[in-house]
Amino acid sequence: MNEKTLAGYCIRCNDQGYLTDLEQWNKEVASEIAQEEGISMTDKHWEVIDYLQDQCRKEVAITIRKVGKSGVVNIKEFYQLFPKGPLKTASKIAGIPKPVSCI
Amino acid sequence: MKELLILGAGTSGTMMSNSLRKALPQEKWNISIVDVEDTHYYQPGFLFLPFDIYTPKQLKRNIDAFIPKGVHLIQNKIDRIDKDQNTVILQDGVNIRYDILIIATGCHIAPEEIEGMQGPRWHKTIFDFYTFDGAKNLRDKLRDWEGGKLVVHISEMPIKCPVAPLEFAFLCDSYFSNKNMRDQVEITYVTPMSGAFTKPVATKELSYLLEQKNIKIVPDFNIEKVDTDNSKIIDYGGQEVAYDLLVTVPTNMGDEMTLRSGFGDELNYVPTNKFTLQSKVKENIFVIGDATDLPASKAGSVAHFQSDTLTENIQLYIAGKPLKESFDGHSNCFIETGNGKALLIDFNYDQEPVKGTFPIPGIGPLKLLKESRINHFGKLAFKWIYWNMLITGKPIPFVSSRMKLAGKEISNNDD
Ligand SMILES: Cc1cc2nc3c(=O)[nH]c(=O)nc-3n(C[C@H](O)[C@H](O)[C@H](O)COP(=O)(O)OP(=O)(O)OC[C@H]3O[C@@H](n4cnc5c(N)ncnc54)[C@H](O)[C@@H]3O)c2cc1C
Repeated sequence: MNEKTLAGYCIRCNDQGYLTDLEQWNKEVASEIAQEEGISMTDKHWEVIDYLQDQCRKEVAITIRKVGKSGVVNIKEFYQLFPKGPLKTASKIAGIPKPVSCI
Repeated sequence: MKELLILGAGTSGTMMSNSLRKALPQEKWNISIVDVEDTHYYQPGFLFLPFDIYTPKQLKRNIDAFIPKGVHLIQNKIDRIDKDQNTVILQDGVNIRYDILIIATGCHIAPEEIEGMQGPRWHKTIFDFYTFDGAKNLRDKLRDWEGGKLVVHISEMPIKCPVAPLEFAFLCDSYFSNKNMRDQVEITYVTPMSGAFTKPVATKELSYLLEQKNIKIVPDFNIEKVDTDNSKIIDYGGQEVAYDLLVTVPTNMGDEMTLRSGFGDELNYVPTNKFTLQSKVKENIFVIGDATDLPASKAGSVAHFQSDTLTENIQLYIAGKPLKESFDGHSNCFIETGNGKALLIDFNYDQEPVKGTFPIPGIGPLKLLKESRINHFGKLAFKWIYWNMLITGKPIPFVSSRMKLAGKEISNNDD
């Protein structure tokens, strides 16, 4: 477990920079993570983040397909918003765990 | 008489028919099971068939061979469930009423989900090994393939037996080495995940394998389409990977029966309580195996662990008692690494795969997360265990359905 100062807040995260406690998340923290990833947040970005956090709280496994069918964005748009591994990047900004396989 | 109906006579359905026939009194409960197939396939063997390690005959049995006396097998296609009428409607129009329903219809590959995948090149230069036909056709292809770019690919998660594609890549390395043509084959592993391994301990312990076997990896690849004219796969971000031979695991989906029944998620999986295995659809409907939407691995060993929970919970449900939240996501699988060696991993909802010994703490004889010859024999022995113990509901010695932490190197690393 690591700690990191983001937007003046002391945040717990893993060694890849994913938050380990969604409770510590706020928009300023998210904007700073986004900046590190080279993304400047727009309303559409926030909508996606909102959706991902909602799914995470419901304990639903998040997949690209699910995001594409969410009604928030289609997969192409998801890629435009978060280029290169959108699920990974968006999860990081949303403060939720990185999608993983069994090993 | 009360009616218990099981949908699907694959690994899970067959196991449940055996354990419930023992658990429920004959004079009170009829048990029926429906499946459209007349063959029960040993699916884990599909991994070995392409390399001529198993023969087709070793992987097939008549579906009725393992259905116990006192269970009525109905060979037909399930059209849909009418949950409000507690009735299942078969394709031929016959209705079956039930008091308790178990859904065990598994999942299957859906290559039609990816543009260009199932066209004229399907089973010519684009293969799956998740079906009997796919594995057999691929065997014939590999027998006289002259080499080139071999791409082993996962379309999207979740898939059943999530490590099978990686094992396939490892076995390709040994297969072509043994044929003295490894230098003519370039193996690339393409995955939508962030790497071949995604959990911290496994990544640390196992990343050497890809390098050692000279397998190139392309991570974060979410396929949009197969461009068959130019023999390449293209992802949503515009990345391209060229192939001469594409071995893909297409999207896996639950049976469309759930869609026709008006429930099921975007991949036709049934919403299920992850600890009790009761469906979230209706209280007298239960779900087991690959058909569930659980965040557990889709594997025969997992279904085996689930069957203990489900057998107990069905009896509790009948008795009107609260269900036990006893399924912990326990999964246990051998990972073939080629050259007669294998790894073994053991994990659950909360505990990632770690090092240690299995199944007897401190003794083994199997080693977790480490390559060894004995693990390889464990993997081969799984076929015998499957046909002779697992699906007929006999307990497997030393292996408990809940994960044991003793004998494992558990650290307090909680990320
Ligand atoms: C290549 C490969 C390698 C694997 N390796 C391993 C391994 O090493 N270890 C391991 O534990 N697991 C492994 N597995 C996974 C394992 O085979 C499955 O998880 C297991 O078979 C799931 O059992 P199930 O009963 O849920 O589904 P299945 O066994 O697939 O059974 C589903 C049944 O439902 C029937 N059905 C579906 N829809 C209908 C319908 N509408 N009407 C009538 N019948 C229907 C089907 O005909 C089928 O018989 C592997 C799988 C593959 C493909």
